Amino acid sequence: MRRHLKSLTGAAAALALIGVAGATPAAAVDLSFYYPVAVGGPITKVVDGMAADFEKENPGIKVKPIYSGSYQDTITKVLTAVKGGDVPQTAVILSTDMFTLIDEDAIVPFDDLAKTDADKAWIKSFYPGFMENSQTGGKTWGIPFQRSTVVMYWNKELFKEAGLDPNKPPATWAELVSMGQKLTKKDASGNVQTWGVQVPSSGFPYWLFQAFTTQNDVVLMNQAGTETYYDKPAVIEALQFWVDLSTKHKIHPPGIVEWGTTPKDFFERKAAIIWTTTGNLTNIKNNAKFDFGVAMLPANKRRGSPTGGGNFYIFKKSTPEQKEAAFKFAKWMTEPKRAAEWAIATGYVAVSSAAWETPEMKKYVADFPAPLVARDQLQHAVAELSTHENQRVTKALNDGLQAALTGAKPAEQAMKDAQREAERILKPYK
Amino acid sequence: MHRTSGVDARVKPGHDGWGRSLVNQFRANIHGWLLLLPAAVLLAAFTHYPAVATLWHSFFSTPKGNRPARFIGLDQYQTMLEDPIFWIALKNNLVFAAATIPLSIVLAILMALWVNEKIVGRGLLRLAFFTPTMLPMIAVANIWLFFYTPDYGLLDQIRGLFGLPAWNWLGSRDTALWCLIAVTVWKEAGFFMIFYLAALQQISPDLAEAAAIEGTGRWTFFRRVTFPLLMPTTLFVLINAVINAFRLVDHVVVMTRGGPDNATSLLLFYIYEIGFKFWDLGYAAAVTMVLLAVLAIVACFQFFYLDRRIHYQ
Repeated sequence: MRRHLKSLTGAAAALALIGVAGATPAAAVDLSFYYPVAVGGPITKVVDGMAADFEKENPGIKVKPIYSGSYQDTITKVLTAVKGGDVPQTAVILSTDMFTLIDEDAIVPFDDLAKTDADKAWIKSFYPGFMENSQTGGKTWGIPFQRSTVVMYWNKELFKEAGLDPNKPPATWAELVSMGQKLTKKDASGNVQTWGVQVPSSGFPYWLFQAFTTQNDVVLMNQAGTETYYDKPAVIEALQFWVDLSTKHKIHPPGIVEWGTTPKDFFERKAAIIWTTTGNLTNIKNNAKFDFGVAMLPANKRRGSPTGGGNFYIFKKSTPEQKEAAFKFAKWMTEPKRAAEWAIATGYVAVSSAAWETPEMKKYVADFPAPLVARDQLQHAVAELSTHENQRVTKALNDGLQAALTGAKPAEQAMKDAQREAERILKPYK
Repeated sequence: MHRTSGVDARVKPGHDGWGRSLVNQFRANIHGWLLLLPAAVLLAAFTHYPAVATLWHSFFSTPKGNRPARFIGLDQYQTMLEDPIFWIALKNNLVFAAATIPLSIVLAILMALWVNEKIVGRGLLRLAFFTPTMLPMIAVANIWLFFYTPDYGLLDQIRGLFGLPAWNWLGSRDTALWCLIAVTVWKEAGFFMIFYLAALQQISPDLAEAAAIEGTGRWTFFRRVTFPLLMPTTLFVLINAVINAFRLVDHVVVMTRGGPDNATSLLLFYIYEIGFKFWDLGYAAAVTMVLLAVLAIVACFQFFYLDRRIHYQ
């Protein structure tokens, strides 16, 4: 009898639970949110915390943040889902994947969801440098969230040892070469112990190459994403300069330099100057056992660096309520206060000027002014290479760059081959 | 025995008995098929159907957004013939197979012969040889990534002892593929060793004793007796090694991502790139068919030619 009673109450409790669980989704809008992690630190915890705060302020919406691997994994998962169903409502994906997502008919523009003037003002609140990769054909398809840019880190101690002013990093290509020559150190048998400068070239060399081309005042593609200019003389010149750093001036390691070990090479004093993402700022701050500086990249005809990183996107296969909720979530996540919080936690560049005016951000940069360099460089920044068939068109350039950097092809030949390949791929989009 | 024949005698060669044996046979067939069914269904659903579907898809263009797939015949194969990266990947893969297969098999036999002897610390040695097999390929690749790091990586530190300059192992097109080959051999040899060790222990010690009485040298004994008796194992190992040479790409993803300039792009890695980076599924299907064809040809050679020339005990 007693056992009977127990099971009966158990059943009643279960029924009640089902009742409760069944009631909530009817009232709340569910959002699944895919996000990648591309930098060190407890990112998952930060994102979960932000999502929980958002739910508290917006009781009608349930956000389920789903860690989805690297950027590459994330787009793979999302596009597989688009083809198979069970698509997330919103995700953070590389800004350069905008054309791919449009071509797959996967996303909707933010402008269509902006109802109030405040919504429209919000879309306009970001740095124009970041919006170049978020807009095409007069529509806004992505909202800047975790954005970065390339900056130069230099080891002040090694500068001092080489007889250079430790507070004066190279400001031009010519200075980069002359200082690099002083900084490159060899041991008795002629083997290099410290390289003057190191620019990584594994995996996605096009991104750092874009710094060289921008400084040489040339763009690699048009805004519509249908044309590339890999074989322009100024582009070839920029590549020749990169190749010359190791072959002619002997101040840069030969061959392909691994992206992942570049910060470590810097800590180990194997490289006196490195170029890498602002996303490494927190990592370098925590691990460099010497005084280091952060500066804008040197200029040739002008200053310049590409932007990088991920944007918010909203997916088409969602109900109108979900799209509205996703819009709200993206807006909430990029509000000045949150953008500042996110930038401090990760090292990404805060995406709007208002974020830099928040008291939290002001306090942070007062103690550690390095992030300001990235912000100030934004006025010289250009959009990261992005076209239709993006990954393939980019691969053509990557292959050409690596061929030139490993000495397999001269710079001119490599860029002409890359351009021919890119033109072939982009033919259907003309 | 008498009883059995008695039972047989009772079955009269008439209409009735013939029918019953047919029913029995039918029943046995049904039983057989039912036993095979689960495996057959799984094979059909996850091996045969995908293979046929891949062939089918390779005749279509890739659907994009609101542009559906359309029949284009052999266009994808035409593209493939003109695709330089495909040829590079195919060539790399053949070099990779031609190097990893014999190297890992020879190494496996040597290690097996060694740890089959009665030596001190034999168990420990066996474990040491087998350890690489137990590690996941991703972990192995990450360990070797450190070995290959220029300047302060293990390899360059050893070179440094001899006053040699740093070498950019994975960043130079001359060495990158060989670096991957070394990792693969290191990983596979221990696995194959286990099979050879088991086979060696099956060989009767009488043979060695007889050979010793005859005064046969160690090398002759290995060449004339041990190696031929290991041939069934070698065939098995060979099949595995060939499959792995075309199937293992984890280390490419971790260590080089196909670079520098496709110097380490293997066929399966390239298929992954086409399929899941470029989203050109039609073309990926066409390249997959080439991979399937290569494997099928090799398998046919192994089963129909090599198998006949092997002496089974």
